[in-house]
Amino acid sequence: MKLVVLMGNPNVGKSGIFSRLTGTRVITSNYPGTTVDVSRGKMRLSGTPVEVIDAPGTYSLTPTNPAEEVAAGILAQADLVVNVVDATNLERNLYLTLETLERGVPAAVALNLWDEAGHQGITIDVAALEALLGVPVVPTVGLSGQGIRELVERLGEAHPSETIQPMSEEERWVAVGRITGAVQTIAHRHHTLGDRIAEASIRPVTGLPIALAVIAAAFLAVRWIGEGLISLVFEPLFDLYTPIAMTISDLLGPGVLHEILIGRLFDGEIDYVQSMGLLTTGLFVPLAMILPYIVAFYLVLSILEDTGYLPRLATLADTFFHRLGMHGYGIIPVFLGFGCNVPGALATRVLETKKQRFIAATLMSLAIPCMAQIAMIFGVLGPFGMHYVAMVFVTLALVYVVAGLILNRIVPGECPEIFLEIPPYRMPDLRATATKTWMRVRGFIGEAIPYLFLGILLVNLLYAVGFLDLLSVAFAPVMENWLGIPAGAAVALLVGFLRKDLAVGMLVPLGMSPEQLVIAVTMLSIYFPCVATFVVLFRELGVRGMLAAAGVMVTTALLVGGALRAVLIGF
Amino acid sequence: MITMEKTLLDLESGMRGTLIRFAGTPGFVRKLRTIGIREGKTLTVVTRHPLGGPVVIEVDGREVTLGRGMAVRVIVDVAT
Ligand SMILES: Nc1nc2c(ncn2[C@@H]2O[C@H](COP(=O)(O)OP(=O)(O)O)[C@@H](O)[C@H]2O)c(=O)[nH]1
Ligand SMILES: [Mg+2]
Repeated sequence: MKLVVLMGNPNVGKSGIFSRLTGTRVITSNYPGTTVDVSRGKMRLSGTPVEVIDAPGTYSLTPTNPAEEVAAGILAQADLVVNVVDATNLERNLYLTLETLERGVPAAVALNLWDEAGHQGITIDVAALEALLGVPVVPTVGLSGQGIRELVERLGEAHPSETIQPMSEEERWVAVGRITGAVQTIAHRHHTLGDRIAEASIRPVTGLPIALAVIAAAFLAVRWIGEGLISLVFEPLFDLYTPIAMTISDLLGPGVLHEILIGRLFDGEIDYVQSMGLLTTGLFVPLAMILPYIVAFYLVLSILEDTGYLPRLATLADTFFHRLGMHGYGIIPVFLGFGCNVPGALATRVLETKKQRFIAATLMSLAIPCMAQIAMIFGVLGPFGMHYVAMVFVTLALVYVVAGLILNRIVPGECPEIFLEIPPYRMPDLRATATKTWMRVRGFIGEAIPYLFLGILLVNLLYAVGFLDLLSVAFAPVMENWLGIPAGAAVALLVGFLRKDLAVGMLVPLGMSPEQLVIAVTMLSIYFPCVATFVVLFRELGVRGMLAAAGVMVTTALLVGGALRAVLIGF
Repeated sequence: MITMEKTLLDLESGMRGTLIRFAGTPGFVRKLRTIGIREGKTLTVVTRHPLGGPVVIEVDGREVTLGRGMAVRVIVDVAT
């Protein structure tokens, strides 16, 4: 099958056009580095099916980070290239266009963000540009779909450029200037009030208070939306469900099947957190305790992403992250990691060097609990008082900073400085935000629920054969003597490798004091990533990197656990 | 009009200069040029973050954040 590749600078709307061409939904965001991996889809081109690839954004074919390497690698396999160009920034985009056309591959240019160019008083003579480049050029608006049909039609006539021949780098820059000058006119534009407000969010004096306000607002919004969904939607739903579950319980009667499906009853009642049956805990934990917060988190994250605020936050955070061996863009894996550590680990690819990526990935695994885990921490510790929840998060924040400071000193390698384009602020598109939130929520449902079911089954099975008691005995010295928590918590830590949210729930029946719960929950976050994250880290860091990271995790877990024990319980 | 050569890092926020050359490796030069920071462009410093933090500049209506170690290798002409 023929291969069509979308190439372009970061944040020019490639993923949006990919979605339009293929009908495959992919994540789009208003900051460079959203797409660090390739997405594949299919479309029909003059009657025949072709494969379409959405490549990560790159400024040139000489890559400076792994995401760009991927892009340059894919180009080599392309039968046809759709070069997506930001019409509001033609001059900067043309360098990659020329480099691509010089390869002699059949190509067409999508002049995207055509609507914004109009608003900014930029006009481009499309016919003249087409003549100069020697390939079809089509203005498009990825957001609304305008121009996409014409783009598809004209892909049929895409051919290698005859006007653009291989040239030296210096010649290419001259050509970029010549072409831009010939086709583009810019109406002079004055600084608007909007520009001034936008600048306030990137200056340190005004930007820091704004950043704190934005983060606080985001946090409150997640809590408020999550709690709202629980009390208005999910709890009423489970109130309706309880009689059904009880009927099933009665029908089954005591026995193995009852153990697996309904689990233990407490005073003849289902306890949705502790019963550990597939139809009780297995449904309640993901749907009524976690899902509402996942929806809330991704809604808020999507809005933050689409406005273009994150690169500004990265700029403000740069000085701080530099001390930890990264640069400001290290905040992106943190933000994504709060949703789920898997995309967080992938997002480390926006960092340039191995050292930076190792530190970013390790710190995220140590100290950034995913939303599912956070929801459970609130659910389990919240009833004892919010200060216990705060203890967990303050500890994790300290771990992030202290481990970062240390790793920055001992990990060999370079930490290049931040170099980042700040996208313009955009009003988030309601439909785009809703779709993106839904895609991510669906991802959670598709992955979390099967794993939770598997986890619950496994726990029941391992209990039945007595393996878990054995495990408790084996780990009793560490758990009881060093961490000051019941030996049974070892089982939760084991399950945590499968799903951390489930593991947090498993701590409840152990009847620990809130202090012990704080220790156990913090351990659960630090000691090791869940299996899904582990697989990605393994791929991103390699065997040696992963071993080193795992060493850091286990050591930190033991040190922090011991320290917490000494502070909270005493010896 | 008298002009003076300075590095981008010497410019206070709000000041502007015309890029005349780079003092760095070809890789460094390419990186800046491909993001739009090129010879002949007018660069305006939007802000300089304290404690060794990055510099934010505006070029062709777009803002770019770059580290101080990079800013010091960008030589601009400033009208005085
Ligand atoms: N106004 C406008 N916004 C667009 C257009 N195409 C994409 N966007 C927005 O630009 C941002 C970047 O899009 P994305 O597809 O993620 O870019 P990519 O990084 O090149 O894949 C998103 O916030 C989109 O909603 C367009 O034609 N017009
Ligand atoms: Mg993309």
